[in-house]
Amino acid sequence: MTTEIIVFAVLFLLVSGMGFVASRWRRPDDLASLHEWGLGGRSFGSWITWFLIGGDLYTAYTFVAVPALLFGAGATGFFAVPYTVITYPIVFLVLIRLWSVSHVHGLVTPADFVRARFGSPTLALLIAITGIVATMPYIALQLVGIEAVLKTMGVGGDLPLIIAFAILAAYTYKSGLRAPALIAFVKDALIYIVILAAIIYIPAKLGGLGAIFDAAKEKFDATPAPGDGVLLNANNQLQYVTLALGSALALFLYPHSVTGVLAAKNRDVIKRNMSALPAYSLLLGLIALLGYMAIAAGIKPIGKDVNTVVPQLFDKMFPGWFAGVAFAAIGIGALVPAAIMSIAAANLFTRNIYREYIKRDATDAQEASVSKIASLVVKVGAVLFILLIDPQFSIDLQLIGGVIILQTLPSIGLGLFTRWFHRAGLIAGWVAGMGTGVLLLYNIANPVTNHAHFGGSAFPLAKLGLDTKVTIYAGFLALIVNLVVAVLGTVIARLVDAADGPDATRPDDYFADQGDPRVHDLELAGST
Amino acid sequence: MTTPRTDRSPWNWLLLVAIIIPLIPPLFNAVEPRLFGIPLFYWLQLAFILIGVTATTVVYRMTRRGR
Repeated sequence: MTTEIIVFAVLFLLVSGMGFVASRWRRPDDLASLHEWGLGGRSFGSWITWFLIGGDLYTAYTFVAVPALLFGAGATGFFAVPYTVITYPIVFLVLIRLWSVSHVHGLVTPADFVRARFGSPTLALLIAITGIVATMPYIALQLVGIEAVLKTMGVGGDLPLIIAFAILAAYTYKSGLRAPALIAFVKDALIYIVILAAIIYIPAKLGGLGAIFDAAKEKFDATPAPGDGVLLNANNQLQYVTLALGSALALFLYPHSVTGVLAAKNRDVIKRNMSALPAYSLLLGLIALLGYMAIAAGIKPIGKDVNTVVPQLFDKMFPGWFAGVAFAAIGIGALVPAAIMSIAAANLFTRNIYREYIKRDATDAQEASVSKIASLVVKVGAVLFILLIDPQFSIDLQLIGGVIILQTLPSIGLGLFTRWFHRAGLIAGWVAGMGTGVLLLYNIANPVTNHAHFGGSAFPLAKLGLDTKVTIYAGFLALIVNLVVAVLGTVIARLVDAADGPDATRPDDYFADQGDPRVHDLELAGST
Repeated sequence: MTTPRTDRSPWNWLLLVAIIIPLIPPLFNAVEPRLFGIPLFYWLQLAFILIGVTATTVVYRMTRRGR
């Protein structure tokens, strides 16, 4: 046990120490400006972009939450694979438009875009708030990952969560996006080493892959729960498909994903990335199976915390020193994305709330310091999500974030393609979708922890009066309500001739590329 | 400047294929045939990654600008 802690601590400190050195990487002239702190200067090529985007997609979600879901519920947890397979083809043509219009108009956040496109400060404010709130549970998931590792190493009580929070806060406060981008290389290298070892060594020790699946089947057959098993059943197939599709649609609406995309040098860098990123999905799928390996190895979660099954599996199967390496990989793998996410959410606050509503003539230095404080507040919000919600599986934290962020899809995703929607319709749609989403989540119980509300993201259609046991992803249902209301609202607004906002963008802004005279690299005073 | 007016390309339809196939459970919701002991459900969905990579790579190559 001591070897583990020492190896973990040394690796962890070494790598996060690089973060502080990274503040000087590529020598920014002035880290006090929001652009430097938040976007790293926006000049990343293919490789760094790949690591940057990959770095915030493959996280504690991959290493802790997905295997925990397979461990507890079986096949349903594998939805993460189709999710990460379809997300790139879905956003392939969308993100290049976002890149172009952002670089023509100096847009840095999703709310910036909505402001320019629909000329509605109210809608932009809603989008900004949505982005910030939706990021909190996603960061919470990362903290849960670090917590699980610390618990497995024997740190007890509330201490793991406090330590996880403190590390993250100190780490982001200092050096902005540059640090996570540089560390992403080390993080991915560590993860690849650990995962290769895990998928070769562990199955060999457990008697092969066939035996692992047999053990999982045996476990699920023995439980009374109807929803689990190594295959999907008639009742959770819709859930599986809507989860994959909903998560895929949500992924690139998150402010941190947008930041990563905008940091690319040109449109081709994004396209190339969309075709290279699925390589991570293979890794994700193999890691997911660690949940079944934990079953075969007879792992029991610490307390009721199924998030601890993978760390415990490593603890049991690997020699002490390598378990330490594996824990460091999980810890850093949670730290990097949490940093990227909180920086992106802080950017949103500064640009679209602070500068828009609180201090219009803020200097660059003021903006940067407000951003730093905002990123701290976002992390506190993440901790509150953990303490107040406590869902059955930590993956539900991310899925709850998905329900929230999906409500920005009509304004951002569809807004990139069409200006048909009226701003009033979009606002009405957002209100209806968000209301529906929260109501659905409120009505999902968690039998394991005895919570009557906010217990997960699988909504039983029976609660709508349908005579069925089929469940559906709450975010998907809420999005449909949002879209219907947005369409109806738009039609009504046009009928009564309600005033629409001006569109600051032109059709060919959406095709501009690097080298185009309208495309700016560093444009702080953009269209807002 | 050589800014094209459109992202339209017939190759883009490939993307739709890569989106739809992984969302059809009847294709993969079975144990047999196994591959190296892995039930169909798991290995086939992992194999779908190839469809995703192929589709996006082909579209990227075919719609790349300049060079």
